Amino acid sequence: ERNQADVSEAKAGRTDLIFLIRFRHCCLLRNQRCILAYLYDRLLRIRALRWEYGSVLPNTIQFHMSAEEVEWFNRYKKSLATYMRSIGGEEGLDLTQDIKPPKSLYIEVRCLKDYGEFEIDDGTTILLKKNSQHFLPRWKCEQLIRQGVLEHIL
Amino acid sequence: DSDAGSEELVLTPAELIRSLEQAWLNEKFAPELLESKPEIIECVVEQLDHMEANLKRAKKGDLKVSVHRMEIERIRYVLSSYLRCRLVKIEKFFPHVLEKEKSRPEGEPSILSPEEFAFAKEYMANTETYLKNVALKHMPPNLQKVSLLKSVPKPNLDSFVFLRVLERQENILVEPETDEQREYTIDLEEGSQHLIRYKTIAPLVASGAVQLI
Repeated sequence: ERNQADVSEAKAGRTDLIFLIRFRHCCLLRNQRCILAYLYDRLLRIRALRWEYGSVLPNTIQFHMSAEEVEWFNRYKKSLATYMRSIGGEEGLDLTQDIKPPKSLYIEVRCLKDYGEFEIDDGTTILLKKNSQHFLPRWKCEQLIRQGVLEHIL
Repeated sequence: DSDAGSEELVLTPAELIRSLEQAWLNEKFAPELLESKPEIIECVVEQLDHMEANLKRAKKGDLKVSVHRMEIERIRYVLSSYLRCRLVKIEKFFPHVLEKEKSRPEGEPSILSPEEFAFAKEYMANTETYLKNVALKHMPPNLQKVSLLKSVPKPNLDSFVFLRVLERQENILVEPETDEQREYTIDLEEGSQHLIRYKTIAPLVASGAVQLI
């Protein structure tokens, strides 16, 4: 507002104020740029969270987000889900899977929590109990690995 | 086995996967978002569904099952990687991508599929609303608008890329980088590999005359 007051005075004839006005305006623009850069950078990190953690964010992270950021996140994941559903046939293609090129068909996994029964392709069921180890098909495990139920042992 | 939609070409599965891989590599190494290839995506998805259906019917314990399963995984990875790469570029350059699409002349192929276009618009609206509500509306009146087109960085078309020449090209004009240099022309021999500024060969990537590596 200070600047505006000076602007009207300058228009009224006090030309020596022009430099002050321009200087203040530059400061204001710089502040605006810094604020927007900071906020935008946070958005980019929140976006990365969707790709890393999935649709549901851990509470500790949500605690650090403002209400508007949570809203942005929800809209982003909805937009992303709509897009992923539109490609790849009926169910869509989950682009957050298959992040790395597949190296082998079966992988060794360790169970981190009690999950219960798990059926694999040839009909057999496996009981996933905490700390049990299994040699399972990769594509079946990917979902559970991201949820934190299984751990890939390299 | 698979038809390329309503267009004239009928590609064998091997050729289809070849074009997917080419599109994937080009998209990976190009600094800007390339033309969208809905036909390839549609056919690959169809191919994957076809292979999955075959696998379900196959005898259990058949050795071929493992090999085909691996093949499906590999193809799915390439497809996902390709689409992910495009999404990353769309999000990174969203105001420019949308502007380019809006000012596209009739008849020129689109760089965005309809779904990608919807996604890009939603992304822009989402981000604009957020910035407005959190920061801009609290600012003095003359600072409340910000041009995302000017603030978000543009893709660097001058970045250098490696390429392999697929079709012989003659008289490609290379513009000078500094004031001391002058422009000159080069010929690209088939099979040769080069390191060159993307801007110079951008149209060749689009036409398929060169392959980025």
